[in-house]
Amino acid sequence: MAKITFIEHTGKAHTVEIAVGKSVMQAAVDNNVPGIDADCGGECACATCHVYVEPEWLSKTGLPEAGSQEASMLSFAAVTQTDSRLSCQITMTPELDGLVVRMPEGQH
Amino acid sequence: MNAPVNFDPAIHAASIPLDQIDVSDPNLFVTDTYYPYFERLRREDPVHYRKGGLYGDFWSVTKFKDIMTVETHPEIYSSDAKKGGISITDRPMEFRRSSFISMDPPRHDEQRKVVSPIVAPANLQNMSGIIRDRVCRVLDGLPRNETFDWVERVSIELTTLMLTTLFGFPEEDRAKLTFWSDCATQDVNAGGIVDSEQKRLEILSEALRVFTGMWHERAAKPPGFDLISMLAHGEATRNLVNDPAEFLGNLTLLIVGGNDTTRNSMSGGLWALCKNPDEYKKLYANPALVTSAVPEIIRWQSPIVHMRRTAVADAELGGKQIKKGDKVVMWYISGNRDEDSIDRPNEFIVDRARPRHHLSFGFGVHRCVGNRLAEMQLIILWEEILKRFPMIELVEEPKRLYSNFIHGITEMKVRIPG
Repeated sequence: MAKITFIEHTGKAHTVEIAVGKSVMQAAVDNNVPGIDADCGGECACATCHVYVEPEWLSKTGLPEAGSQEASMLSFAAVTQTDSRLSCQITMTPELDGLVVRMPEGQH
Repeated sequence: MNAPVNFDPAIHAASIPLDQIDVSDPNLFVTDTYYPYFERLRREDPVHYRKGGLYGDFWSVTKFKDIMTVETHPEIYSSDAKKGGISITDRPMEFRRSSFISMDPPRHDEQRKVVSPIVAPANLQNMSGIIRDRVCRVLDGLPRNETFDWVERVSIELTTLMLTTLFGFPEEDRAKLTFWSDCATQDVNAGGIVDSEQKRLEILSEALRVFTGMWHERAAKPPGFDLISMLAHGEATRNLVNDPAEFLGNLTLLIVGGNDTTRNSMSGGLWALCKNPDEYKKLYANPALVTSAVPEIIRWQSPIVHMRRTAVADAELGGKQIKKGDKVVMWYISGNRDEDSIDRPNEFIVDRARPRHHLSFGFGVHRCVGNRLAEMQLIILWEEILKRFPMIELVEEPKRLYSNFIHGITEMKVRIPG
């Protein structure tokens, strides 16, 4: 198991646990963390599980590859930043134990 | 598939040869009898080829997961207007108008990004007040103990007013927007005013004229927060007005997308709740459920029946060989009833666990840009209905649109006990 902390736009934090190998999005959905909608269910097809990765974790999560489906879908999300990711595309590893991500104002 | 009096669609759907099933027949949607045909395709032949159908030769993709595969592979399944576009109807080449919904990446991406800020979270918050004021005004003006048409009094009125805000269009001329929206999608065989593509173009040319005037006026002013100003000032679209066919294509996309779809969810939602009175009671007792009831309404209505793609390469889909050039139709209305992806799909449940896991907005790069605005309008509508009406009676079954593209309700007589 690995820990992830989701911080809502309002600042409220939720720390949850998820099995290694599952996605960050799944951790939010399984634990009813508000602010991650995940309409498509993890197919990288809706951009409603958008998160900002905290700076100290960016080197471990990486950023979407240019031209990838994730980069394409993210480009349609509102209020993206240079640290934006789709959380369904981040798979938990032991190295990501303790990961902290922030959520945008809204998903669409 | 015209229906005689004792016609049983379930028996018919089960007994005709598989290769004779033609789910593109608009009569199936007028009579609300499409369910068993799609149910059989999902079970027996989920990626189904129909040769010589009413709308030509085409593949029907009927299951949720296969639809998702098509949606997420635009490099194989093209939306390009010149290749065939997004609807099962093959319009003659001279009547095919490009817009960002009927383009592939990267051009699609550039144009879409120009208009998407209008539905960014902060702007939705800005619009919520004006939407609520209108909803309250419309609901407070409804008669009691008297039969009236919900479509005309509520659904059309609210969605057309929304369009006037999005476009910065004069409210007093709003009936024109409804008219153009209906004409843009009307099936030429529906028996309506649009009986040919030429006639459609004539009517929409008036829309083009009006919006071209608005464009020039707004291009000369600093950028404003309406769709026309955004297009006129957007880097990827600032010359759009010089390409009248593509300008008109984008206008009709935004008018239809921002109007017809939500209109029919406003009608279809009330229909669903009237048909499922226990769910209405559940919602009335706990109005906080509107946030899950609304996506369930949108799944149940499936306001867009299908989207079409054209294969630009050979591909395998659900065990079938799709050939380059084939017409591939994703039937959202069927995928939304797929028991392998949705729990108890044939039940209308206002408190589903994952209500947004439906296909009504599409997925992938063409996913509905206004999906959260649509939800917000419906949430506000239902919040205000629940404050006022413990029940609304369905006086007679709704009248439905002759279309295999827009899942439309044209009239729905209801009565509010007073």
